[in-house]
Parts: sequence; C-alpha cells; structure tokens
Amino acid sequence: MKKEKKMAFSLPEEELMNSGHLACQGCGAALAMRYVLKALGQKVVLCIPACCWSIIDGQFPYSSLDVPIFHCAFETAAVSASGVKAGLEMVGDTETTVVAWAGDGGTFDIGLQALSAVAERNDNILYVCYDNEAYMNTGIQRSSATPYGAWTTTTPVKHFKERPKKDIDAIMAAHRIPYIATASIGYPEDLFRKAKKAKEIEGTRFLHIYAPCPTGWKSRPEDTIKLARMVVQNATFPIYEIEWGEKYTLNIKLKEKKSISDYLKIQGRFRHLTKKEIASMQEEVDRKWERLLSLVNSSREKDQIPS
Amino acid sequence: MKKVIMGNHALSYGAMLGRTQVIAAYPITPQTQVVELLSEMCADKTLDAKFIKVESEHSAMAACLGASLAGARTFTATSSQGLALMHELLHWASGGRMPVVMGNINRAMAPGWNIWADQNDSLSQRDTGWMQFYCSNNQEVLDTVIQAFKISEKLLIPSMVILDAFSLSHTYEIVDIPEQEKVDEYLPPFNPQLKITPDEPHAFGGLTGPEHYFELRYKLQKEMEKAPALIEETGKEYEKMFGRYLGLVDEYRCDDADIILITSGTVGSTARVAVEELRQEGIRVGNLRIKVFRPFPFEIVRNIVKGAEKIAVVDRNISYGHHGIFYEEVKSALYGHNNSVPIFGFIAGLGGRDITPSTFKEITNLALKKKRPEEEIIWIGVKR
Repeated sequence: MKKEKKMAFSLPEEELMNSGHLACQGCGAALAMRYVLKALGQKVVLCIPACCWSIIDGQFPYSSLDVPIFHCAFETAAVSASGVKAGLEMVGDTETTVVAWAGDGGTFDIGLQALSAVAERNDNILYVCYDNEAYMNTGIQRSSATPYGAWTTTTPVKHFKERPKKDIDAIMAAHRIPYIATASIGYPEDLFRKAKKAKEIEGTRFLHIYAPCPTGWKSRPEDTIKLARMVVQNATFPIYEIEWGEKYTLNIKLKEKKSISDYLKIQGRFRHLTKKEIASMQEEVDRKWERLLSLVNSSREKDQIPS
Repeated sequence: MKKVIMGNHALSYGAMLGRTQVIAAYPITPQTQVVELLSEMCADKTLDAKFIKVESEHSAMAACLGASLAGARTFTATSSQGLALMHELLHWASGGRMPVVMGNINRAMAPGWNIWADQNDSLSQRDTGWMQFYCSNNQEVLDTVIQAFKISEKLLIPSMVILDAFSLSHTYEIVDIPEQEKVDEYLPPFNPQLKITPDEPHAFGGLTGPEHYFELRYKLQKEMEKAPALIEETGKEYEKMFGRYLGLVDEYRCDDADIILITSGTVGSTARVAVEELRQEGIRVGNLRIKVFRPFPFEIVRNIVKGAEKIAVVDRNISYGHHGIFYEEVKSALYGHNNSVPIFGFIAGLGGRDITPSTFKEITNLALKKKRPEEEIIWIGVKR
C-alpha cells in the first residue's frame, strides 16, 4: 500500500479554546483567541473587560476556554492584568503570562488611560487588542478604531465617520515599551509567532490583531479570512513590529500593493461611499504606508536603542 | 511600642502589620501620607509588598481586585472624589467577593473644592456592599485595619476604614503599635478557597443570567448578616491579645441617660467633652458612637437607646431630599421596636465647619426644650 502523505500543521494541534463558545459565524475575534492561546499555552490568566469576548466565552457556570478568566470592568483590562500579575508574584507564581484581552473600544477608547499608565510603568503583562473596528457587542456603534467612511449604528450613512482611525500603535510606540506588533487572523503563522515572541519578553507587550466582524461589517461570514488577508495586501492594516518604540520591522512585505476598492466592495459598511470618497481613502492608505516604510527604513538597530 | 503618629500613618502601620502584599494607590489630599509612608516601607523592605503606582483611583481599585483574585492581601486608601471615581469598582469588589481593605479619609465632595471633613463621600457608597468602619482616634484606626483584614477575608467582603479629614487624618496622637508576631498570630495569611490560577481554569464574573445572579446577591447579603457577630467576636479576640476591644458601637454614659447623642467618627470624642460638662449641670446625657455603619448594628443600637427619653442624631452628611443619613438609619432601626421615643435629626459641620463641645450643648438643649422634633432636619450653625 502506498504510504499516505500527511500535511504538516504549521500550528500546534492542541486546542485551549473549545467548541460551545458563543461567537457569531465567521467571527475574527474567536480565531484570534484560538491562535493566541495555541502560542501561549496553558500557563495563562486572561483579564477580559466588557467586549464580545465577555460573551463569547460562555455563560456562567460554563467557559469555553481551558485557561482562567478574570472578567473585569470595561476600562480596566490593562491594570487588572497588572494587579493579577503582582498578586500572582506575591503568592509565588512568577511564570504565568497575564494577558489583558480587550476589543478596540476597551483599548482605543475607555481603556486607554489605564493602558497608557501600564505601558508607562512597563508592567509585565501582555496586552492583546482584537480590533473589529467598532462596539460590536453593544450593536455596532462607532469607536475611535472605526475607519473613515464606515457605517455604524451611530454613524449612519448620511453622517458616516469622517475622522480617520486612531493610530493606537503609534500611541503605544510613544510609550517606548519593549514590544508592539500588529497581526491579522488572516495570517495565523505570523500571529502565532508574535504571540510566542511576546510571551518571552519582559515588560509591557502590545499585540494588535485585526479581527473582521461579519455582523458589524455587513460582510459574509465566509469572507472573514479573505478580508483579513486583503486588508494586509492593500496596506490598510500593515503587519509590522515595533521594538522599544523605535525599531520598526515590516513582517509582510507587499510585492504588489492592491487597491482598496475590492476590499471595500465586499463590506456593506462602506457601500454608500462615492468614488471620490474612496479615492481619498486610497490616498490616506498610500500616505500612511509611505510613512510606515520610511519609519522601517530609518529605524535604528535594536542594540542602539537605550531600553 | 508607643509612637506619636498621625491618623494617616495609623492606616499605613495597620496595612504594614497586616502584611499587605499588594498596594495600589493614587494621591489625593488629605490621604497622601498614607501612601507616602507605605511607599517608603516598600522601598526599604519594612514591608514585603508590591506597590503599583497607578494613574487614577479607578485603576487603584482595579489593580487591587486583580491582586486579590490572585490570592494576595491588598490595601489602598483614598478620599472624596477619589472614592467617587472608584464607585463602579466598589460594586465589583463586593460582587466579586474580593476582600480588599481600604482607608478612606472623609472629605467633602466638590464643587466647590473643599478638602475638609464631611461624610458624604463614604456614605454615598452605602449600597456598594462594603463594610464601613468609622473611627474616632488613631489607635482605633490602626487596630481596625488589622481587624478588617480578618473579617473581610473570612466573609469575602471588602472593608472601608474611615477617618475624618484633618481632625483625625493629620492629628498626631499616641498610638500603641503592636508587635508583628502578635499580629501574625491574630491574623493568619490570606488563603482563599478560590483564586485565579492556571492550575484551575475558572472564569470569574462572567455572563450571569437571571437564573443565577439573584442567588449570588442573596449569598452576599447572607454573609454580610454574619458580620455583626464576627466583628464582636474578632473584637473580643483582639481585646484579649492587645487589650483593646473593637466593637460595633462605642457607648459612653448611656446607661442612665435621658438623652442620648448619637454620633459617628471623630466628633464622638467632642461629644463626650460636652457630656461631661452637661452632666455637671445635672443633665443626664450620654453618647453612642456608631462605629460600624455597614452592616448596620440594629440590635445593639436598639438595646442601648432603650431607656432614653430622647435621641439626638448628629449628622455631618445629608441625603438631599431626605435627611441626615445616620438619622434615617437610627429611625429605621427603632421602627416597630420603640416608636414612641422622639428622635431629633441634626445636621452640622458640613464641609469641615467646626463641631465643638458647645455645638453638642446647643443640640442637647434644643432637644430638651422640645417635646418632639418640629422639623425633620435641624440645622446647626448654618447662616441663613
């Protein structure tokens, strides 16, 4: 008999996230958790504020994760993690990775103050923001992570969002923390590598994961992965790392930078935009991409950065 | 060892002797010396604790909750606006059954900015599920912090140890600082049955529907109901070891009193000066200082005021649209038990206006003159 050839998995097969969770079909946030836990392993405590994931995990007394969770107040993800870390160390556990796991509202908006303070102190936690670009759990209201042009229930078509998405990664870089990385659930190996790398670093680590939301974006669940790849290929959400606030590394280089139009077309939230508005969005993406490339090219080597 | 220390430092020493493991705090006048001394203690290793220097009181409490859930003993201190900012997390602490102990310096709420004594800050947190202890001297502050850890950790309910701005926080008194070994004997290490650890992956505080939430709150109340007996028991134990009883109330010459002045906080000692002077004039007056506001010591209050002909409650606080808050509580304690005794409600000293022995004499004389109170609030010293 011919020997059967097996495809090698690029991620560990072990799952710390189980079936029975409450995510919508095609939820990017669910995949983000699944991949990150594969990288971090079981010695983890999660601090989850109000966000989709405070529901996705399941209703008391059930939980779909094999790691413990502190469901904390909306604006406290980062500092709750700092508290858990300090507490664990005082009771003799210095190994556990304490993770703040928040959505974009809990990170860009209401949780920013506590996050900034944690980063300024360089508290030893991993902060993960899964970014679905609006308050999805409450029913699709705009956040400061919502991109220009998008429809949400508080930015109706006639008054769509006219301000650009807040550049949270630049804000975090300004805190000069050891590690910042962007990632997309469309590139699981890159995400996995970054979560693993972040786990080994001491200090505040910030992982910003692009996580499409079919419910809020009016996209098809089967397009989630496609969107999560397109957004990288058209440079709307570039994949890079920042070390100590100064060293920028581009992780996914673009041979051919795609236009944003196909990406916008398969999302209902952008359907109302005129050609002119799309053109101005494209200009903004191009400008930001150039700026990122110049930061990458002018970066100092890591060993030249005082930490 | 006896030391002359300020009320704020009495909180710090209490936290130190309690072997607090994680402190998170944010500065606010008049609380700052509490955390300054604790910072020094952490820096020179007098206290083996982690001190998280947060950017707000909200984060201070959040950090304490995380640490408490991990099984560490936690302490913070605040006042007034800072306490108000914590409000959301005060519910989180009690609802999540995290036995944080916090010092609160009673200071008036803005606007206008006022840093002086007034109880509206802590009393506004009445329904957050915290135990509240109102202290009247620095010794009591230190002792109560140690006792509070013991009670809180037994019941898994957080505690607030409260002292008046300046009249206690910045007033120096002789305080007997107990020996560490004896405190260790009184207060065992915090070791909760459930804590957050990867070894047992529980989800704490997740989505809880109507089929479960009700019971969780019922359990919180049932535990809170155990507190009065536990406070007395641990207070007696404290007395045995350290010579000072820590109870629910503190009464002074109430046995044969015709009129009882009910107070809370520092003004209790002021009332006692007035009691002595009035007694010399032949007026049989006593003072009942309510120390524990939550849980409210209904039974003991009823028993103590049983023989009195009149009761005068003095509040340095107000529930707008209602009355003085202790006045309400005392009335509710007596309803259905002693409906005939006239209870006079006085409001005095808001925003740090002085309350002196002559204030209490005025109050006593007003209450003696009238058969029954003619109004629900009798304002003392207000300029109209």
